[in-house]
Order: sequence, then structure tokens, then C-alpha cells
Amino acid sequence: MDTPALEALDIHKSFLGHEVLRGVSVRARDGEVIAILGSSGSGKSTFLRCVNFLEVPESGTVRVGGEEVRVRRKRNGYAFDQKQINRLRARVGFVFQSFNLWPHRSVLDNIVEAPVHVRRIPRPEAVARAESLLEKVGMADRRDLYPNQLSGGQQQRAAIARALAMDPDVILFDEPTSALDPELVGEVLGVIRRLAEEGRTMLIVTHEMGFAREVSDRTVFLHQGRVEEEGESSEVFAGPASDRMRRFLSGHLT
Amino acid sequence: MDLRLMVDSLPQLLLGMLATLELVALSGALGVVLAVPVALARVSPRAWVRAAPLGYIFFLRGTPLLVQIFLVYYGLGQFETVRESVLWPVLREAYWCAIIAFTLNTSAYTAEILRGAIQAVPPGEVEAARALGMSHALTLRRVVLPRAVRMALPAYGNEVILMVKGSALASTITLLDLTGMARTIIAKTYKPLEIFLAAGLLYLLITLVITRLIRRAETHLSTTANPRPKGRP
Repeated sequence: MDTPALEALDIHKSFLGHEVLRGVSVRARDGEVIAILGSSGSGKSTFLRCVNFLEVPESGTVRVGGEEVRVRRKRNGYAFDQKQINRLRARVGFVFQSFNLWPHRSVLDNIVEAPVHVRRIPRPEAVARAESLLEKVGMADRRDLYPNQLSGGQQQRAAIARALAMDPDVILFDEPTSALDPELVGEVLGVIRRLAEEGRTMLIVTHEMGFAREVSDRTVFLHQGRVEEEGESSEVFAGPASDRMRRFLSGHLT
Repeated sequence: MDLRLMVDSLPQLLLGMLATLELVALSGALGVVLAVPVALARVSPRAWVRAAPLGYIFFLRGTPLLVQIFLVYYGLGQFETVRESVLWPVLREAYWCAIIAFTLNTSAYTAEILRGAIQAVPPGEVEAARALGMSHALTLRRVVLPRAVRMALPAYGNEVILMVKGSALASTITLLDLTGMARTIIAKTYKPLEIFLAAGLLYLLITLVITRLIRRAETHLSTTANPRPKGRP
């Protein structure tokens, strides 16, 4: 049996006493695309952020390529190995809803930054790779522009290239099109679709139901911090087993 | 108005201006170096590290610069250990006392300016760095500080101008900066109007140049390339 690319098991998280995640588990095999759905407040973004420790889960296990991240609870916080978490993050790409490009660096420098300073790849090599990534996301002619000079869709495509530049094993997308004008959504979804076709392992939190249905292998539906339904996307979308999922889908697909 | 005297004393006043510029440049540079760790301590997640620079900043911003200069220049010499230390040849020089007082003073203000700017860096940009596996120190060096410096620049320009004017207090401990030089000339000529007017104009000139330099640095470091095409207002 091969090790899953990513496992996040029994993740618990609460904010100020409010339980946002009550034991969510997701396993992604190599090359699998998983759509994470749920209404707002269901905990899907928090779950994604717990996977690479932008939020520290209260309990649970995260394994990337078989390497387990250990977090212990202390009296006034958590004990964890920051180096290990940094290493994990370098292998797990994250694409934010609000892009979060660094405005003081050009598009190219945004992409080259982590490969050069975290992976210590020689700059010329990193630049060559960045250029091919920009080609791939259709931004080759924008390499020397600054984020402020780009549209939202272009910024998000640059942010995807920035995540890809680390050659991650898994990419997490946190509502990648929610901050975009409707006419710019398509170009970003197109890029993600191509990544899926390449066989990238991805977890995608999204409100684009048509896209989720078409691109994902499996779907996880969260409700109030728990996995309400999970299964092959083709089956889940065709005939959801739970009432909540059915209502959610009918609300979104019309 | 004795215009002739103003022109004749110009070479001496220019010498004084040079001394003023040197004082400001040296203590300004040292002040920035000192301000960075103080500002970083102020935004530390640990409460006791945050508290450490509070007294430093409180004292240096809460007391007059003149008092601080006197404390260093007259005060330190009262301690026998200071007089006998290897640092005494430095500490008895008025010049170095002024540098020390100015450096400490400006470092407190600069640290507060920088702290505000660091806190204004959008958290998402920091998260993006962390999500790529950048360590805390690397994020600070490559994202937080470069962003903060850009945001701090306008306020820091203000601080530099205040420093130029504050440096006139160096004349109270015998230094021949622009003000000190002016007072020396007046002691010989009894023409305060002309000489102080000339000195004031030279201060204006310094401020004007600094304002320009800061604005140019802002444009240069702007987060959009070439926000203003050349030759347009």
C-alpha cells in the first residue's frame, strides 16, 4: 500500500471556546484532487489552514508524504518543532483567497523568493523555472510588473505560480476565486484545471460547484465542523446521501 | 542690514553647517541601527520582551533633548568609574557626548515609527511567506522589514528634520555646529540679526534638501514601478 500524499486526521480546532472543527479527517492519495465544500462557517477554510499550521490545531495528526508533524498541548499554548513545520510548509503549497503577493517585489521576484531563500536554488536556475511557470499560467509578459499593476485574476495566477515554484507535493487552495470579479474567475479556474490534468495532488475549498464537480476526484462536505458526507465526486454530485448536502447543492447549482 | 557681513561670514557658517550635517548623519545612522532591535522587541509575541524597551522609549521621548545632552556631557563625568574607564577619552569629548545623546534620542522615536509600520504590514503577506516555509527570521528580513521601511519613510523624514533642528542644542556644550558657529560670530560682531538670519536660511536649505531626498527615496521604493512618469508634476 502506498503512503497517501497528505493525511490530516481527526483535526480539532476552536476559537474562544467555539468549536470550529470537531474531528475532521481527509486523506489525499497521490494525484488526487479533493473538493472541500460547505456553507460559510462550516470550518472548511480553518481546516485547510490547520493542514499547514497557519492555524495550530488543538489535536489531530498531519502527515505529508508519511512524515508526521507532532504538536503537543502545553499549559499556555502548543509545543511544536518550528523547523519541521517550515519543512512541511515548503512541501505544501497554499493559495490564498486574497492572493497575498508581496507588493514590493515584481511578479518574477515574488515567484523566485522562496526557491532562492528557502530551497537555496541558484537564482539563475530559479528564474528560468519561474519563467516557465509564468508561461504556464499565461503571465510570461507580466514578469516585471508589480502586483498593484495586475488585475485580480492575474494576481491569483501569479500567486499560483509562486506556490508551484516550490515544487510542492500538495497544493491547498483556499477559495481561490472568491475575491475575483465574475469575469476573471474563468482564467484562474482554467489554470487549476490544467494542474489537475497534470496529476497534481490538490485540496480545493471552493464555492464554484460546477468546477468542483468537473475537476475533483472526491468531494468532502463539511457541516458544523464535521465531515457530513464524503465520496467520489461523480456520485456525490449525482445523488448526495445526506439531506444537508442535497439542500446545499440545490441551493448552489441553480 | 549688513548684507556684506552675512556674505563674509558665510565660509565660517558653511563650516558650521558641515558639522551639523555630520552630527545628524552619524547619529541618524547609529540611531537607525539601534532602532531596529528596539522596534522588533516592541512587536515580540512575548510580553516580557515587549515590555523591555518601554522604559527606554518612555524616558527618551519624555525628557527634553537638552536634558539628555547635559546628562551625558556633565552627568557621566561624575562617576569615578567612568572617568577611569578606557572610554573616558571618548566620553569627555563634547562631540561624542552629543553623538551619544542624539543617537539615543532619535533611536527611540525611530523605533516607534518602525513599530507602527511593522504592525501595519498586512498579515496576509506574512502568512504567504510562512506558508512557503520561510522561517520567522527570513520572513522578517525579506518581507516584514522591507515593507515596514517603505511605510515608515514619510514619518522618518519628519524625524530627520526634527533632528536637524534639535542638533542646534549641540552648541550648548561648546560644539561649533551651525548654531554654535553663528553664536561665535555674533560674540565678535554683535550682529545677531544678520548672522542668525543667515544661519536660519542655511537650516532651511538643509531641510529642503532632506525633504527632496526622502521624497525621491519614496518614489524609488514605491511598490509600483514608475508611478510617476518623468517631467510631469
